[in-house]
Amino acid sequence: MQFLSLIARNRLAAAGGIVLVIVIALALISPLLPLPDPDVTDTANRFLLPGAEGHLLGTDHLGRDLAARLMDGTRLSLAVGFAAAFFAAFFGAAIGIIAGYFGGRTDNLIMRAVDMLMAFPYILLALAIVAALGPGLVNALIAVAAVNIPFFARNIRGVTVGLANKEFVDAARLAGLGHTRIILTEILPNVIPVIVIAMSTTIGWMILETAGLSFLGLGSQPPQADLGSMLGEARGALITNPHTSIVPGAMILVIVMGINLLGDGVRDALDPRLRSGALTRPMAATQVRRKGPVPASEDAEAVLELQGLQTQFHVKDRIYKAVGGVSIKVAPGECLGVIGESGSGKSVTALSVMGLVASPPGVITGGAARYKGEDLVGAPYDHLRRLRGDRVAYIFQDPLATLHPLYKVGDQLAEAILVHHKVGKAEARRRAVDLLKQVRIPNAQSRADSYPHEMSGGMRQRVGIAMALANDPDVIIADEPTTALDVTVQAQILSLLNDLRRERGLAIVFITHDFGVVAQLCDRVAVMYAGRIVETGPTEAVLDAPAHPYTARLIACVPELGGGRRRLEAIPGLPPAVDRLEPGCAFAPRCLKAQDACRQGEIPLEGPGAREVRCLYPETELKSEGVA
Amino acid sequence: MTGYILKRLLSAIPVLFGITVIVFLIMAMIPGDPALAILGAYATPENVEKINRDLGLDAPLVARYFIWLGNMLTGDFGTSFSLNRPVIDEVLDRFGATLLLAGTSFILCAILGIAAGVVSAARQYGWADKGITFAVLLGISIPSFFLGMMMILIFAVELRWFPVSGMRMAYGGGGFADVANHLVMPAIALAVVATGVVARLSRSAMLEVLRQDFIRTARAKGVGEGRVIWGHALRAAMVSIIPVLGIQAGFVLSGAVYIEMVFQWPGVGRMLVDAILKRDILLVQGGVVFVAACYVLFNIAVDVAQSLLDPRIKT
Ligand code: SF4
Repeated sequence: MQFLSLIARNRLAAAGGIVLVIVIALALISPLLPLPDPDVTDTANRFLLPGAEGHLLGTDHLGRDLAARLMDGTRLSLAVGFAAAFFAAFFGAAIGIIAGYFGGRTDNLIMRAVDMLMAFPYILLALAIVAALGPGLVNALIAVAAVNIPFFARNIRGVTVGLANKEFVDAARLAGLGHTRIILTEILPNVIPVIVIAMSTTIGWMILETAGLSFLGLGSQPPQADLGSMLGEARGALITNPHTSIVPGAMILVIVMGINLLGDGVRDALDPRLRSGALTRPMAATQVRRKGPVPASEDAEAVLELQGLQTQFHVKDRIYKAVGGVSIKVAPGECLGVIGESGSGKSVTALSVMGLVASPPGVITGGAARYKGEDLVGAPYDHLRRLRGDRVAYIFQDPLATLHPLYKVGDQLAEAILVHHKVGKAEARRRAVDLLKQVRIPNAQSRADSYPHEMSGGMRQRVGIAMALANDPDVIIADEPTTALDVTVQAQILSLLNDLRRERGLAIVFITHDFGVVAQLCDRVAVMYAGRIVETGPTEAVLDAPAHPYTARLIACVPELGGGRRRLEAIPGLPPAVDRLEPGCAFAPRCLKAQDACRQGEIPLEGPGAREVRCLYPETELKSEGVA
Repeated sequence: MTGYILKRLLSAIPVLFGITVIVFLIMAMIPGDPALAILGAYATPENVEKINRDLGLDAPLVARYFIWLGNMLTGDFGTSFSLNRPVIDEVLDRFGATLLLAGTSFILCAILGIAAGVVSAARQYGWADKGITFAVLLGISIPSFFLGMMMILIFAVELRWFPVSGMRMAYGGGGFADVANHLVMPAIALAVVATGVVARLSRSAMLEVLRQDFIRTARAKGVGEGRVIWGHALRAAMVSIIPVLGIQAGFVLSGAVYIEMVFQWPGVGRMLVDAILKRDILLVQGGVVFVAACYVLFNIAVDVAQSLLDPRIKT
C-alpha cells in the first residue's frame, strides 16, 4: 500500500503507468471496437492518409486498415514481450536459486555457463538462436527470453546466496524439510521482489528486442504482424508514405517509454537511499540563509572568530540544529581545542567556517565566521575558494577516505600548491617533496609517487598534514586527525603539529573527543554539547577545576591524562537528538544536579574573564582572578 | 603490465572455447539431418557428400565439434553456399564496415554519455538535469531502427543533409568524405540507446562519488568546482563507468544489425540476417563466432584500461 502511494507520488511514474494501462486496455478491447478487419486487403485504397473516411489512421501498402492493424500488432507485441519477460524470469530465477541454494560445485558450474553466455554481445546470441530455430514469432520469443536468462540467473543467485545461510533456512533444514520445500516456502517468497524489480527494468528491452527481430523479418511472419514487422513492412514505403512507418514506430516508443517510466518509479520507490535523500550531491559551498543580523567583529586580534554561528540540516520537514549559536576565536600561534562527543556539532562547526558542510541538507542560518575580521558566511564562492587551503586549511580524520584513491600523494600535494600559486609543475613537485620531508616522511622523493592505499595510516595522516601546510596558511582546522591512529603514532603527529605551530605561528583549531590530546596541545579549550559551547577557558584551569557538570564527567572518564585511549562514551545516557531540543539546559536529562530551574529557559554562557560556563549550578565558582 | 595483459589473454582462452561450444550447441539444435539443414536449398547429392566429408557430419556430436573447432583454428570457417565463397573472406570483408559503424557509435556514446551524466549530476535537480534525464528516457525507449527511419525522413529526405543509404565501402568505393557523409546518421542512430544507458550510469556513479570525503578534501584545498567535478569526481567515477562501457560496446556491436538494415550498411549484421533468411548456417555460425571472439578480446582491452586507471587493481 505504502509502495503504491510512493509510486503515485512520483508523477512521471504515474503518468507512465496510466499511458500503459490505456494502451493495454485499448489493445484488449479492440476486437470489440467497430474497426475494419485488419487482414482485409483493398488495393484500390492503398496508403490512405490518417483521417480518411472509415480509416482513422489511414491504410497500409495493401490497403489494410492501419488502426485495426495497430491494435492487433500492439496486442501481439505486448503479449510476446511480457511472455519473454516471464519465461526469462522463470528460468533465470530457477537457475539462480538452484545455484545460490546448493552452492559449491553446482554453483560454480552454473555460473561459469552463465558467464560464457554473458560474454556474447546480447543480440548476436538471439540471432544465433533464431538462425537455429528458424524465423517465426515464437522462435523470436524463445531467443529473446533465452538471452535474458543469464541476467536474471545472476541477480537471483546473488540474493539467494545471502538467504541460504540465514538462520531460518538452517532451522528449516534441521527440521528435516526437503530442499524443494525449503526453496518454495523459505527462499522463493524472499526472492520474488527482486524478480519483480528485474522484470520491470528488462521488460521494455524485451519488447524492443522482439520488435527488432520482427523488424528484421525474423519474428512474426505475414499475415500476422506485431509492431516490429509492421514497421519492417512499411520501411519500403518510408519515403513516399511515412505515416505507415510512423504509426507502429510511435506506438513502440509510447509503450516502452511508459514501461520505463513506471519501472523507474518502482525502482525509486524500493530504493531506500533515494527516499532518504542520501543520493543528493553536495554543492560547492554550504547554502546560507541567514535570518538574524550579522554581528559586528569584536576582536581585531583574532585570526579566526566565530560569532553565534548556526548551522542546520534540513531533511524533508525536519530541522536538525547541529550548531546552535557557537562563538569561538583563535589568535595567531594559539591552539584552541574543541571537545565533545560525536554528534555534539563540533565537526559541523569546523566545516561551516569554509562552507564545507554538505549541502543539501546543510544550511548556515545565522551568525558570522570571520577570518581576520572579514565575514566568510555568504561570501562569494570564488572568494571562499581562494581562501580555502591557502589561508585556512583543514586536516581531516581517516585519510584513507579523505585522500583521492587514484592520485599519487605527490600529485595531490602539488595540486594544493598549483591551485593557489602560479608555479611550474616541476617547482610544485619540488615543494611537495619538501612538504613530505617536513612532516618527516622517510624517502620523501619516492614516497611522492605512492598512492594512498600503499601507505600506512600514520603516513597517510602525515600526508594530510603536509597538504594542510602546503600554502603556509594562517589557520589550520584539524578535525579529529589522530582518532584512527595508534597511541605512538598519535603522539608523533601531535608533537609534529605542535612544532609547526611554534615555528610558523599558525593558529590551530583542534577538534577532538579526547581530553588527553587537548591537554598535550591546546592553550584553551571549548567544550561542546548538543550544538552549543557549555564551557570554555584555559586548558589547565578547565582541567584542574571543571565548572560544567558535563566537563567534570568527561574528565572523570579519563583514567589518567597522557596515556591510553580515552572514549567519552563512558558517560551514561545519550546526547540529545538535535531535532527536538527541550528548552533550558540540554544536559539536564543526564545531569545529576539538575533542578527544575535548569529546564526553564535559555541559560547564558557567562563568567568572569577568560573562563565561561553555561550552567546554573556549576561545580566550581569561577573567579576572575583564577584566570591564567 | 605486460604480465597482466598476458594473464588476461590466457584467461580469455576458456571463454573463447565456451563461446564456440555454445554456438555449436545452438546450431546442433537444428532438427533433422545436419547436412540437409546446412545446405538447405543447395542440397544437391554432390554437396551433401562433400559437406559430410569436410565437416565429419556423420561422426558423433563431440567429434563433429572438434573437427569444426580444428578447422576454425586453421582459419577455415567453411564455405557459404548462398554466396559460394569462403565464410571467413565474406566475414572479414563485412566486418570492417561494422567495425567502422560500431566503433564510431561507441566513441560517440562514451563521450556524449559520460558528458551528459556528469553535467546531469553536477546540476542535480536543475533544468539541465531534468532536460538530460528526459532526453535519456526518450533515448533508451526509442527503437533504434525507428529512430534511423525518422532520421532518414528528416535529414535525408526533407533537409537533404545526408545521403539515405548507399554506403559502398565494403565494395571498394568512396573516399574519406564519402564514407564520413554516409556514416553520420547511422552512427548517431546506433549510438542513441547506448548513450542513454551510459549517461544514466555516469550520473549515478558521479552522485555516489560526489558524496565521498575526498571530494570535500579537494574543495577544502581550494580546488575549483570545474576541476572537482571533471577531474577528481569523474576520475573516481570512471572506475564504475568503464565496465558499463564494456557492456555497451557489446550492445553497439550487435545492435548494429538493425541500423545496417535501415541504412543498407554493408556490415556483418546485414550479412547475418540475409544468411539466416537463406538458411546459410555455416555463414551464420562463422559470423557469430568471429564477432563474439572480437568482443571477448575487446573486453580484455577494457580490463586493461581499468587496471591502468585504478592502481588498486593488482596487475
Ligand atoms: S544547568 Fe542544571 S542541568 Fe544543566 S548542567 Fe547545570 S546543573 Fe546540570
